[in-house]
Amino acid sequence: MTDRNPHPGASPADNPGHEATQATSETLLHAEDVRKYFRVRGGAGASRAEVKAVDGVSIDVRRGETLGLVGETGCGKSTLARCLTRLYDLTSGKVVFEERDISDLSRRELRPVRREMQMIFQDPYGSLNPRRRVGSIIGDPFSIHNIGNRKDRKAKVQDLMELVGLNPEHYNRFPAEFSGGQRQRIGVARALALRPRLIVCDEPVSALDVSIQAQVLNLLTDLQREFDLTYVFITHDLSVVRHVSDRIAVMYLGKVIEVAPTDDIFETTRHPYTKALLSALPVPDPDAADSRERIVLTGDLPSPINPPQACRFHPRCPKAQEICAREEPPLVPVLGDDGSHLTACHFPLEVGESLRPAVEATGPERGVTR
Amino acid sequence: MSTGSAEVDAPADVDQDVAGVAPRVQGRSPWLLAWQRLRRDRVAMISLVVIVLIAVIAVIAPVFAGITGHPPNQQYLQQGTTTAGLPVGPNGTFWFGADDLGRDILVRIAYGARISLGVGVAATLLTVAIGVVVGLAAGFFRGAVDTVLARFVDVILSVPFFLVAIALVSIAGPGLTMTVLVIGAFSWASVARIVRGQVLSIREREYVEAARSLGATDMRIMFVDVLPNVLAQVIVYTTLLIPVVIVTQAALSFLGLGLQPPTADWGGMIAESQNFYQVAWWFPVFPGLALLITTLAFNLFGDGVRDAFDPRSGRAA
Repeated sequence: MTDRNPHPGASPADNPGHEATQATSETLLHAEDVRKYFRVRGGAGASRAEVKAVDGVSIDVRRGETLGLVGETGCGKSTLARCLTRLYDLTSGKVVFEERDISDLSRRELRPVRREMQMIFQDPYGSLNPRRRVGSIIGDPFSIHNIGNRKDRKAKVQDLMELVGLNPEHYNRFPAEFSGGQRQRIGVARALALRPRLIVCDEPVSALDVSIQAQVLNLLTDLQREFDLTYVFITHDLSVVRHVSDRIAVMYLGKVIEVAPTDDIFETTRHPYTKALLSALPVPDPDAADSRERIVLTGDLPSPINPPQACRFHPRCPKAQEICAREEPPLVPVLGDDGSHLTACHFPLEVGESLRPAVEATGPERGVTR
Repeated sequence: MSTGSAEVDAPADVDQDVAGVAPRVQGRSPWLLAWQRLRRDRVAMISLVVIVLIAVIAVIAPVFAGITGHPPNQQYLQQGTTTAGLPVGPNGTFWFGADDLGRDILVRIAYGARISLGVGVAATLLTVAIGVVVGLAAGFFRGAVDTVLARFVDVILSVPFFLVAIALVSIAGPGLTMTVLVIGAFSWASVARIVRGQVLSIREREYVEAARSLGATDMRIMFVDVLPNVLAQVIVYTTLLIPVVIVTQAALSFLGLGLQPPTADWGGMIAESQNFYQVAWWFPVFPGLALLITTLAFNLFGDGVRDAFDPRSGRAA
């Protein structure tokens, strides 16, 4: 991906090497051992189960970057996003935004913080109130934070509409009168209204068809350049995340299992799960598609109510050995990677190492799964 | 496809309207759309005309008294009753006949419309106001608030309405205000239930989450984002509640718990006719018809409103 958005501004975070997990001044958002468990009312009597949606995630978001957050459905990406923006209360852990610990702030105390961090939601149909005019939806951030008078707001809203490629004349229309792509632009305009530093995009293009996806993605990258934005970009679509991200974090069952600059994730993949995930990427050339390695994981995604012990991927991992079920691998640089590439695996992959032999041994592998 | 598709740099948004096609851009609100659908509903529009007519009759009731020359409570024992003391039937003077005291039934029906519509609307508004507030609070705050309110709703719904109404009236005495309060106090529970259910589902919508992520307060979310989306349901329920309230009011009067004689009201007139219906059919029939037409019109109109707000639930059957 050569056209990936370069960092706006000269962020020193660009040079790998002196990067560490602790907060530095380049760090906009710092999450430490964030956990979010949801209590589920068990159908059978007094069973008090908990879904461990996010289970100990530590991650840094640097100023001006786009951090891609990928993983299959149900791995906790969206929950993590809502923990980072404090839409959810954390079960435990810490979120530091702009060097301020926001993990225990009340909703009232969070209000000023909300001006600095916004969200763009997945469903362009669900995220706009159908009974309100678009102008008033986009103007919400102003009215909630008491900015400007009615006239100012209207002018500002129309500027925003123009900025995201909407016709400002449509100020008085209702969401139902727009297409999916236009609605998502409305969501973008709303998120942008207060000129936040961080925008968390929760699968912003998954509900759109491909040609519209491209337009919205281009809009987001343009806006990032213009306003010095930092994105946390959640998606399950790897081609999208490759296109927009500077760094990628891969999640599996509530944990981050690999973090690295985008190119490293694709070229020096370390974690077997990441490898399997990448192998599922569609390839436009059918000949190349036939000849490449395709890894089909055995078994289903385990239940986050009762996740596997130690390494959560071990029941499905082709490389799993006895230690994987016993000891949880830490998220650290492996095989001589620098500090920018972290992997949580006891048996990380060498460059060019193939998982294929293990795939052929699908049968016996199954026994380990259950 | 890899990222190839994502690199297409489209010059203009394909799904964007071409600017300039519609020079005056005015959004059509969901309310306007519903009204436009309602306008096309023949039955609903005829019902609306009937409702308006009844309202006009109620307002101009004194005109009826003026034309016939019969005030509503004036007893015409000479012209209105036969020598045997029975009411006279419809004729040139008494178009709808007279009652046992020689009062003009037509004029009394016109005055009775004031009571029926007045109580119908007032008690319904009271009911809806209480129900919306309770339902909104219970659904929005959930938890302990919800538990307490929901149990309270259960209690109200399990109270035998007429028994309690009789008890209350015997303590506090009958009257117009009493009727409105009694109906309001015991009808809001079902409104609260409907609103609560709606709020529970709406508060989980993404646009509520979006408002929260912008830093909106609970109050703002409740009134700006949640309430307007419940309102359609509330309006539908309200139009269907009015006829129920009108009948309930008539029933209370019929039982002697509502307005006291000589006030003209439909339930009371039907009650007074009980000893005479065998010799004077007009005595119960005209007030009964008035009640029937009014409630039917409201019900049909309510159906139309429901269809207008939710076009998918067509009146197929």
